[in-house]
Formats: sequence, C-alpha cells, structure tokens
Amino acid sequence: MWIAIAVISLIALVAGLALAAAARRLPASADALVDEVNELLPQTQCAQCGYPGCRPYAAAIVAGEADINLCPPGGEETVQRLAGLLGREAPALAVPATDMKQRVAVVDEALCIGCTHCRNACPVDAILGAHQYMHTVIADECTGCELCLAPCPVDCIRMEAAR
Amino acid sequence: MSAPTYDLGKLHGGLRLPSEKEKSTAQAIREVPLPAQLVLPLAQHAGEPAQPVVGIGERVLKGQLIADSDGVISAPVHASSSGRVVAIEPWPVSRRRGDKAPCIVIECDGEDRAVERAGDLPPYTELAPEDLQLLILQGGIVGLGGAVFPTAQKLMQAVTAPLDHLILNGVECEPYISCDDMLMREYAMDVLRGGQVLMHALGIDSCYVVLESDKPEALRAIGEALAALDDERLVLKQVPTIYPSGGEDQLVQLVTNREVPSGGLPSDVGCVVQNVGTAAAAHRWVNHGEPLISRVTTVTGDGVADPCNVLARIGTTLADVVAVAGGYTERAATMVIGGPMCGKSVSNDRVPLVKATNCVLVMSAAPANGREMPCIRCGECAAVCPVQLLPQQLFWHACADNEIKLREYGLTDCIECGCCDLVCPSHIPLTADFRKAKGRMRELADEKARAERARQRFEERNARLRREKLEREQELAAQKREALESAPEAIQDMLRRAQQQKPDGEDD
Repeated sequence: MWIAIAVISLIALVAGLALAAAARRLPASADALVDEVNELLPQTQCAQCGYPGCRPYAAAIVAGEADINLCPPGGEETVQRLAGLLGREAPALAVPATDMKQRVAVVDEALCIGCTHCRNACPVDAILGAHQYMHTVIADECTGCELCLAPCPVDCIRMEAAR
Repeated sequence: MSAPTYDLGKLHGGLRLPSEKEKSTAQAIREVPLPAQLVLPLAQHAGEPAQPVVGIGERVLKGQLIADSDGVISAPVHASSSGRVVAIEPWPVSRRRGDKAPCIVIECDGEDRAVERAGDLPPYTELAPEDLQLLILQGGIVGLGGAVFPTAQKLMQAVTAPLDHLILNGVECEPYISCDDMLMREYAMDVLRGGQVLMHALGIDSCYVVLESDKPEALRAIGEALAALDDERLVLKQVPTIYPSGGEDQLVQLVTNREVPSGGLPSDVGCVVQNVGTAAAAHRWVNHGEPLISRVTTVTGDGVADPCNVLARIGTTLADVVAVAGGYTERAATMVIGGPMCGKSVSNDRVPLVKATNCVLVMSAAPANGREMPCIRCGECAAVCPVQLLPQQLFWHACADNEIKLREYGLTDCIECGCCDLVCPSHIPLTADFRKAKGRMRELADEKARAERARQRFEERNARLRREKLEREQELAAQKREALESAPEAIQDMLRRAQQQKPDGEDD
C-alpha cells in the first residue's frame, strides 16, 4: 500500500511541477491572444469602443479592462465569436450595431478647404490631400469609421453606401 | 481521315437529357440583317472591362478597335459594323436582371464598310508562339463556350506548364443549344484551321477535336474536312452523349483519362480546352484579319415560331435576333440566355447579344417543379454529381452557413451543372443554394481581406506617427545642442537680458 501511495504522490508532484512551469510560461502568450482577439475584430478602427483602434481594444479585452460587447460595427456576431474564443458568456451588445463596414466617406470636393484635419484623423491613411489643396478619400481603403466627419470645419464629408 | 475513337476515360455520374436540338438544326444558319444600332458592352469577357478608345461622334469602320484591353485579364472590343458612335453610357445588358453596364452605342450607316488592311497578312507560322498569342489578344478572341475567358490569356497561362494536347470542345451537352453543332457543319474547315493556329500558339503538335455521338452531321463534316486538310496532328474523337461531358474538366477526363486536380486547371494535366467556335474565330482573325464581331447563336424554345441558328453581329439586340427566327409565339413567357441547365434568365429583349450569348431560349411558362420538401438523404444527387461531391452534405452545411465545412466538402469545385437539382426527389433547388453559398463565401473572403488591409494600414500609420514624433524630438534636441555649441555667448547674453527684465515680470 505504501508503494502505491508513494507512486501516486510522485505523479502528483511531477504533474504539479509541470503545471507550475506551464503557468509561468502562459503570460508570454498574452500577446498571441491579443492577436487572436484582434483577428476577430472588424478592423474599422472607428474607436467607438473607447479605445484608439481595434488592437488597443483587443489588448484591453485580454487585460480584462474592457468587456467584449463594445464593438458596434462587429455586431452580435463578433460578440459571439469573442465569447467563443475566450470561453466566456456572450453578453448583449452594449450599443446598437452599425453597418459602417458597408459605407465609405466621400469628400465634397467643391466645399473642401484643404485644412488636413480629416486627413490627420483617418486611422488608416485613406484620405489624400495637402494643406490648402482639395482632399479626397481612397474609397477602397476607407473603413467607414466616420472619424473624419467631426474634425471637418466645413462639414463637407458625408457617408455613402460602398459600391 | 481518322476514325472516331472510343479510348476514353470515365465520367462520374452525369445524366442523359432529352436533347431538344432537332428543331434548331433543321435548317442552315441564317444571317441577321444589319441593325440600325449596335450596343457593344465593354465587359463581354471575364476579367477587367475594356477601355474605350473612340469618342462620341467619331466615325468607325467595321472591325475597327473601339475599346482596348485593360489589365492582366481583359480583351478588346471591335465595331461590328461601320457607323457613328452616338453614346458611351450604361445600358441594360444580359448579365443580371436590371443590370446596366457601360456600352458603346454605334448608329450604323448601313454601308458596312470594313477597315482596310495595309498589305497582306503574314502567315502565322512565321510568328513565334508568344507573338501569335499577342496577335490573338488583339482580335478580341474570347472563349465562346460561355465562360468568355480571354483566349490569349488562357494560352499564355497554359504555356507555363508542359502541355500535351489541345482539345477542341465540340461537345455541346446542354439541351437546346446547337450553335457549335451548326458551326461545325457549315464551317468545319474554319474550326480545324483554328485548331492549327491554336496549336502553333501553344507550341504543341496534338489536337483532339471532340464531338458527341448525337451529332452525326457535324461528325461527317469534320471528318471530311480532316480528310481534305490532311494534317495528322488533328484527331477526331467521339464521346457518348452525357450531360455535362462538355465541361472543361469533365472533357479532359473523358478524352485523356486524366483528372484535373481540385482548384487546378486543365494545363496542370497537360491539356488546353478551347471551344470550336473560339477556334473558328481565331482562324478568321489570324488568317483573314477579321476580329470577333459576330457569332453563331441558337434561337430556340417553344416560345419562338421558327427555331434556328443565326449568324449575328455582336451588339444586335435579342429582339432583332428573335425576329429572324420568326418572332415570338403566344406561349412565350420566359427568356433565358444559355441553356436550360446553366443559363441565366433575362427580363428584357432590348439587351444586346454579346460574345457569350450561345443560345437565346424562349420558353412557355416553366413547368411546375413541385414543392420543395425536406431532404430525405437518399444520395441520388451524389450518384449523379460529375465532380464526385456530396451535394446532400453540402446542402446541409450551406443551410447552416458553415464556411469551413463547405470548403472541406469541396463547394468551390462545384461546376453548377444542375444534375443534382434534376434528380432530387424532394425538389430542392440545390444548385441555386450552392451558388448563393459560393457568393457568401466570396463575400466573407473579401471582407477578411479588407479587414486585414485596414489592420496593416492602421499599424503602419501608428508606426509612422511614432517615428515622426521621435524624429521631431531628435531634430529639436539636435538644434538645441547645435545652438548651444555654435553661439554660447549670444545665448548667455540673451539669458542675462531675460534675467534683468525678470523683476518687472514678477511684479504682475
């Protein structure tokens, strides 16, 4: 009987050490987890979650600072997928979903005064223009995040359905 | 003359369908009279639309280049007759319901004057294969079997692999369509000479001309032309009449017993398949200088009075084409471009005939198909699937929108032949469901690619902003250091003065 107890204790000890080693290794993979979470986000970089872009939001989710239901362009689907990845309950979306992925910004070129404010606000460098020259949106690269609308002093940017 | 041979591979599944071709093959090809106006879409081929090279109001001659190829996969468009360009604008086309696409509209002057050629054409045999491929590109030649893939690009792609055979596809397996049959009966020599041209462009010495056994007249015509041509590189082959043996991959399998790999091309197994109409068009361009400006089209179905095959100029409206076939009957209800299996319905007969239009099918009201019922997992669909897929499983996963499983079960290999629909005892429109699922898969892939690009741009922008900030700081620090080093007295002087003025400043 003592032999059995000794063997089982030994196995428990080895397993315990292995788990401890694994636990020490785990924090190193947090970055990989951020990447995985980032992968599920829609990459509109719209900052509606309160973080300056999708990756910062992903980092906040992994760090436990943000809930997973803050992404309006991702919608319920993204919440579900994030819940699946992180093994959590899927909460309801905190804000109504938007269809910004299907829209692009369009600069009314007759009104644009070339102030560069929208260009500097664009998170994906999809606005082209120089100081005092007309600006334009590269429609293929626009994520529809609407971050260029607010800084425009003459309100010459509107959102249109992407082709 | 080479005798028809039967040393064939096996095709999985397939169906024997009623051919319904007798009516339209009873008479010779009729020519459609020159219309008053031609509408030539810029996108008549797979790939990028052509770019117009003529302006509104310009006079053009028959065969003149009016839109040039633009992009890696594209083909030019030529004027089908002489006249004046009156518009370049979106116009209803037959691609999708209510769809408009940019077209060049030509008002014909009725003279039908062709472009004059400077001197004689050099014989193509003097050209290097690469130059011949480029020449074929300039003729606007595209695959006339229905997929309208630009022929030159197909040849250029194919020669990158070691090749054995050119296969001229005269297997018109879909019911009702008979344009290739009639073309081979009346222009057999053009088809064979086209085969020679394409062989030269590919740099190979073997060409199979493949026909179905239900076309005895075309077989005879091709056989006689082969005897007259006396070129042993060309061999006539006959295949049994089973739908869809005219599919590209299916035909390669039948003729050479080699299976085209999933996601691959016939060139992966050393074959290039070209439609017989394409070969004839290549011959007319390379040997006679006539670009692809007309084609043979079948006008048939119980909705037209006098089903027949017509030789129509590209850009003629379908209404004019149907008029040549005796016009509509009272029963005419639906119009389909292409055959009943793979064709697409159109709602309007003012759309132009394009390079892809192999058949105009006018039918009475579609026979009631029976109500769609739940799948009973009988497996009939798997037995007839020529690509050896499992449609019942695909249907299951398509309903669940399970992209990963759909990929695993090879949805991308589905050729949308419609065999599974026909045999389904529950009348499930499987092909339509698969088409939808494929569209959804493409959409998802697009979205993913876009998100990935946005992520990259976002990260690169952040990196740029960090870099710029760092550079600015370094620049400032460097300037400060430089100023301190170059003129310490001046700075000391300035600081002293500031110090002296300070007491005043501190007061308020």
